Amino acid sequence: MSELLWTYVGIPLLKILVILLALVLLAAYLSWFERKLLAYMQIRLGPNRVGPRGWLQPIADALKLFVKEDLTPGFGEKFVFLLGPVLIIVPALLVFSVIPFGPSPNLFITDVNIGVLFVLAVSSIGVYGIILGGWASNNKFSLMGGLRSAAQLISYEVPMGFSVVTVLVMAESLSLVRIVEAQREAGVWFIFPGFVAFFIYFVCGIAETNRNPFDLPEAESELVAGYHTEYSGMKFAFYFLAEYANMVVVSSMATVMFLGGWLRPFPNVAALNFLDVVPPLGWFLLKVAFFLFVYIWFRGTFPRYRFDQLMGLGWKVLLPVSLVNLLVVAYFVALPRGQV
Amino acid sequence: MQFLVTHFAQAVFMLLALFCLGGAVGVVLFRQPVHAALSLLASFLGVAGLFVLAQGEFLAAVQVLVYAGGVMVLFLFVIMFVNVRTVGKEVQYLRPLVPAAVVGALLFSALALTALWALSRRPLQDPSPLAMVEGAMVGNTEAVGWVLYRDYLLPFEVVSVLLLVAMVGAIVLGRKPKEGERP
Repeated sequence: MSELLWTYVGIPLLKILVILLALVLLAAYLSWFERKLLAYMQIRLGPNRVGPRGWLQPIADALKLFVKEDLTPGFGEKFVFLLGPVLIIVPALLVFSVIPFGPSPNLFITDVNIGVLFVLAVSSIGVYGIILGGWASNNKFSLMGGLRSAAQLISYEVPMGFSVVTVLVMAESLSLVRIVEAQREAGVWFIFPGFVAFFIYFVCGIAETNRNPFDLPEAESELVAGYHTEYSGMKFAFYFLAEYANMVVVSSMATVMFLGGWLRPFPNVAALNFLDVVPPLGWFLLKVAFFLFVYIWFRGTFPRYRFDQLMGLGWKVLLPVSLVNLLVVAYFVALPRGQV
Repeated sequence: MQFLVTHFAQAVFMLLALFCLGGAVGVVLFRQPVHAALSLLASFLGVAGLFVLAQGEFLAAVQVLVYAGGVMVLFLFVIMFVNVRTVGKEVQYLRPLVPAAVVGALLFSALALTALWALSRRPLQDPSPLAMVEGAMVGNTEAVGWVLYRDYLLPFEVVSVLLLVAMVGAIVLGRKPKEGERP
């Protein structure tokens, strides 16, 4: 009995704890990385006072947010106001229960046979945190931010879904572990046959995480700070944490679906065996780090879209392109099997 | 402890059912539309949990993705757009209550009869038809695909056309009349 308890309760709980702690630390240090990188891109120094080269800055920020006064706008929507941060942080962290960081079962919490759908479904709940937080703040700018976010998420979820379907057509499975295995068997990362899908997925991923150039829900020049204008202290920290955790989610999913997850480059070419000195987990983290860098690079480079341009891009460009791309990929998957 | 292990599924079912029903009751009872919408969201998530319990994991994911992630967000979007903050304070009328109660009772009895009929047909403990195709276990996703695109292809297409008609109708109704055109 105690052995059963250990296998089914103890070890999963331990894994969850490790991943949760690593994730929260990663999100905190991602903010440091972002500030530093943006500073270098703009020929500044960035945070460099707290600890050597500013290494302790995220810790200081976290401490500040912990002890900061927690204000609630007083008009009687306290429960919904509290629900906002909860509904955004829970899905953002929950998604990591199915993301495979490596091949051995010890490197992911669980592998469910509807993995991709699980990720899409759970992360679609996160928008409630934004829209409800914006509404419960009783503030025009917050409400505008929340509504913009809702419209944006719904519009970009559609082309994102179609680009994910092209991966499913190639991998013939919804399980994330199985998708990586399929890329090893095919001997090629899905980014090469599915380049258009990859492009659409990443653009939509940036839009879904409300990052620049699609950060209209919190456009500071028009909406103060958008949906989290009225939030302070730890509630604000949850919004902040969720944004960075969602960036990691989109990067991890892009890695798993298009860059071969934990696989090294060209996994079937024996001449490149020396690349195995980097463990699978290392490859995974490297690829995720690359995507996170691209996120911040975009923020340092692109100006923000106007809202009608954003909607036009989503519905008139990305959606038709993703549909046509799906048809083309499905045709070429079915062709060698004589199913056309 | 042993009791808990053997009745675990049942306990989870009870909890989820309570969640669904509580959410559904809340939709009717809350006067603030945003609260009602949130209550409906809770009910949807409960239904998704019930699907998981019945080993219909594909249905559960789609339930969350489509209803909780899409439909309900649009509901909230519309509620907030038309600014219904004052609805909760408006006078409500009780006169339509009697016909509503009669119709509600009829619908409820139809539902209860269906449940009883289903109960007599198949033991509830066996969820395998949700994951089987021609006697082979293939998982819920494939099973749903086979049923939808082979066994029930015609109804599926009819429903698609119906949705298309509804969409065209909505566009025609919501379109701004052109210059000089009668609305």
